[in-house]
Amino acid sequence: MLLVTSDPLSVEALTTDVEAQVRTRGEGCGAVASFVGLVRATHGGRAVRYLEYEAYDALAVTVFRQIHAEAQDRWPGAALGIVHRVGRLAIGDASIAIVAATAHRAEAFQVCRYAIERVKQIAPVWKHEFFEDGEAWVEGAVADPTDEAARAHALAIACA
Amino acid sequence: MRVNVLLFARLRELAGADAVVVEVAEPATVATVWQAVAVATPALAPFDRTLSCAVNANFARMSHPITAGDDVAFLPPVSGG
Repeated sequence: MLLVTSDPLSVEALTTDVEAQVRTRGEGCGAVASFVGLVRATHGGRAVRYLEYEAYDALAVTVFRQIHAEAQDRWPGAALGIVHRVGRLAIGDASIAIVAATAHRAEAFQVCRYAIERVKQIAPVWKHEFFEDGEAWVEGAVADPTDEAARAHALAIACA
Repeated sequence: MRVNVLLFARLRELAGADAVVVEVAEPATVATVWQAVAVATPALAPFDRTLSCAVNANFARMSHPITAGDDVAFLPPVSGG
């Protein structure tokens, strides 16, 4: 499951999906790790009222597929699900859910961490923050899916 | 030729539209299309150095050739997660 949606996220559905993919591979599925990103109440000391996420949906799904392929290249047999939410989100809402399924626990954590780092580097998704006293677009990385140094950096973080 | 341009996030806000059509001479590249966009909306020009581009929903370089009817997207720095 690799998609962009305006609906609330379900880690349970994502978990069922990735576990089923790994169950019949090699040793089978022995571990699932999940990451859920939430809308925080503050940013840089300012009180957040709500966020709006925007994505280039078609390209985002292509990027999620690339991240999935990269993960399978590094961790053969792993399965990965990524669902990013768009639209208006309230404090505490889940903006992204990532679930990694592998044969053993160490790899599940690594795949999950790798995926969120890569999403932050290259996924065409934008966060618009609305504060009590203003608003701001968050502008992070210049997305370049062919940047090998960025990929190596994500890998180093995942395997630290 | 006419090229469809998709704009996202702050670029979309500055342009006041999520899609615009620009007229460029052939042969054209993504860079030619960006120049036309930046002339039409000078507020976008400062994004020159921090842009990512896509052609027909695939990432592309500024040197990528463009043909009539292509969808060319310009993306400011990303902030998903």
